[in-house]
Amino acid sequence: MNFIEFIFTHQEEIIEQTGEHIGLTVVALAIAIFFGLPLGMMLTRYKKFSPSVLGVIGIIQTIPSVALLGFLLPLLGIGVTPAIVALFLYALLPIVRNTYTGIEEVDPAVREAAKGMGMSDLQILFKVELPLAVPVIFAGIRTATVINVGVATLCALVGSGGLGEFIFRGIALNNVYMILAGAIPAAILALFFDMILGLLQKFIRQLIKPILILSSLVIFVIIPFIIVPSFFVHPFTAGFTAEFMERSDGYCGLKKVYNLSMNTVELDPGLMYQALKEKKVDVICGFSTDGRIRAFKLKVLKDDKHYFPPYHVSPLVRGETLRKYPVLHEMFSKLADLITDKKMTELNFRADYKKEPPTKIAEDFLTQIGFEVKKNKKGKADIIIGSKNFTEQYILAHIFKQLIESHSDLSVELKTGLAGTKICFDALINEEIDLYPEYTGTGLHVILKADKEISNTILRDEKKVYNFVKKESKKRYDLEWLQPLGFNNTYALMMRESQANKLDIETISELEYFLKKSD
Amino acid sequence: MIEVLNLTKKFNGLTAVDNISFSVEKGETLILLGTSGCGKTTTLKMINRLIEATSGKVFIEGKNIQDQKPEELRKQIGYVIQSIGLFPHYTVEQNVAIVPNLLKWDKKQTVSRTRELLELVGLPPDDFLKRKPEELSGGQQQRVGLARALAADPSVVLFDEPFGALDPITRRQIQKEFINMESLLQKTMILVTHDVFEACELGDKICLMDEGKIKQIGTAKELIFSPQNDLVINFFQANRFQLELMVLTLKDIMEDIPKKEYKGEAVQDFYENARILDVLEAMENTPQKEPILRIKSCDNKKIFQTTSEGIMTAFYEKRAK
Repeated sequence: MNFIEFIFTHQEEIIEQTGEHIGLTVVALAIAIFFGLPLGMMLTRYKKFSPSVLGVIGIIQTIPSVALLGFLLPLLGIGVTPAIVALFLYALLPIVRNTYTGIEEVDPAVREAAKGMGMSDLQILFKVELPLAVPVIFAGIRTATVINVGVATLCALVGSGGLGEFIFRGIALNNVYMILAGAIPAAILALFFDMILGLLQKFIRQLIKPILILSSLVIFVIIPFIIVPSFFVHPFTAGFTAEFMERSDGYCGLKKVYNLSMNTVELDPGLMYQALKEKKVDVICGFSTDGRIRAFKLKVLKDDKHYFPPYHVSPLVRGETLRKYPVLHEMFSKLADLITDKKMTELNFRADYKKEPPTKIAEDFLTQIGFEVKKNKKGKADIIIGSKNFTEQYILAHIFKQLIESHSDLSVELKTGLAGTKICFDALINEEIDLYPEYTGTGLHVILKADKEISNTILRDEKKVYNFVKKESKKRYDLEWLQPLGFNNTYALMMRESQANKLDIETISELEYFLKKSD
Repeated sequence: MIEVLNLTKKFNGLTAVDNISFSVEKGETLILLGTSGCGKTTTLKMINRLIEATSGKVFIEGKNIQDQKPEELRKQIGYVIQSIGLFPHYTVEQNVAIVPNLLKWDKKQTVSRTRELLELVGLPPDDFLKRKPEELSGGQQQRVGLARALAADPSVVLFDEPFGALDPITRRQIQKEFINMESLLQKTMILVTHDVFEACELGDKICLMDEGKIKQIGTAKELIFSPQNDLVINFFQANRFQLELMVLTLKDIMEDIPKKEYKGEAVQDFYENARILDVLEAMENTPQKEPILRIKSCDNKKIFQTTSEGIMTAFYEKRAK
């Protein structure tokens, strides 16, 4: 399937997501104009507050979007509301600052003449300063719009829809077409808005009133429709990652095998557990070794139909690296089968709940199983170890690093926190990293994109899966799957323990039964 | 009429204007003259309350300015500043109509007043009404600024270095028009400047200020010929010769003009109240080598002839005294 075909088959979704994207951007922008303009005007009248107010708004601007969404999650939950609030906060700075600067930069002679002729302060503001500041203010609105179109893609992480959904699913699934199907419309939107606003700039003096009226309309008419329902209607909802929604061993298959149908929203993997804990969603697709299961008192639902494939972790290494440092073979074989499910959950728990640094956890673990740990290797890195962006991967990367540095003269550099399988795998192929911990199931579905027939025949047997990915990766990419570390971090549906106990749900089948009953 | 009583302004303990008093009669023009920082602009701005006085009182047409709202007060006072401050987003017409609109004049009245004012300041309304300030030269802008200040026909007009930003030629031209503008004759005006020629040219009275205090107040002739202190003497010293020619009239030197008979036609007539500088300038511009001029008394009774040389002789004679 080529890109054009992809676009055509996903036409409806693209149009829908573009619509959502425009909606998010415009609504947030309207609120930002509604509050930002008066705030900017006030600051010119109460100048002593301007450094602190502009400073605070500036600091908000520097908070990374995902972190901001994380802060908002406990307060506003998931969905459209936190997305709009986040976009509003990002749009605020250019609007407030440009309003303030635009008014401040009005020729003092004009202001003096206006005052000298007997204009009141409000008359000076509305008849003189504001009209003269309009081009600067408008430039601020334009900047805010372009920022919002960009940030709105990230809002897909809290289940607010928009073109980000395609982008994150695409990244998670190593699907370039899907990334482009989100990225290209987003880029076009940004250019389009910028162009339209650029054209409108000429007529801006006539337009500023309609813009203000429209933005107040949006606030008083549209917002209640979006925000109010989100407070009252709270159906049984599942929060799934973009990756889980799309991959072949994810939600699609789960629906069929268990005949399951649920309300779903897309969530960032980092925010998902918190959203469950905060009762913003009721089911998530977690990982069976995640430390937060213990920390947040979650219950893993039994996969009674054995739907989820095995996800045993192995170091995935470039063939060339192995040939250069054959010692790696022997070294990692010492680690084989040493980390059990329980052990890994404990390590994750220490990181997520006790907030211990991965370095220390890795060191304790290696000492505990009888390895000597030497520290502080310096000099040029011989080997670069990557990891994905969740706890377990950070810990494993540190374990690998300390293992290698303690038992050889090689020095290791870490590149942790790569966002998703695609990015890790691409980094490996492009020789930017030499190895990273990867899961057999992910190898089968995401990296090798195995045919349905093949995967169906081997899926229930972890040995067969491992042998298949080992053989195929070697053949196709010259990559080596070293011996598995032992534990199986497969996908698992989980609920809050309290709710699961109350509803008496132990297995996925029971969940399905409950959902059917409550419909 | 403007009366200023014991006016003082302190900025953070520094005294900018120190207990000054003066009055300006109806139709009179008072010049506040001094170097920068002498307190002249502060004094002016206390009159329309752009700066609030620390102590002292100001009465305009007998009314204490503190008894009115500042905005209401300012609408009744014309105000012209050096940087003009025309509204860049308004046309010339809208700029001139600002105060009438603030006073909620009838639309028709405002339109006809605007046209009338532009005529008055020498800008043909049909050409200029719809222009934007950016399309005007500096001189034209200041004319609009003047028209704007006069729009609601205020009895009092304040000028803060109104011609300071203009080139010398335009400045002289506008100053001349300013003196001859009939609608200004009835106005009580205060004009701030640091230019001694402008002060002598435009002022009925000059108030020379230094360090927030009045050093001398009187006519230009009084300040130049009977200075009360060294500061006043020094202030005019550099331009004394030219200033004396400016403030003296033919009448002042009449008795010292040598009485001689001249042969030939007089090229020009002057009344005795003509300024010496103007007479000499006019004579310079005639083609004759030694032109003869005729001086008439204001009642046309006495007439006699002389030349530039005769006038200069008399002028030096007068200076020696």
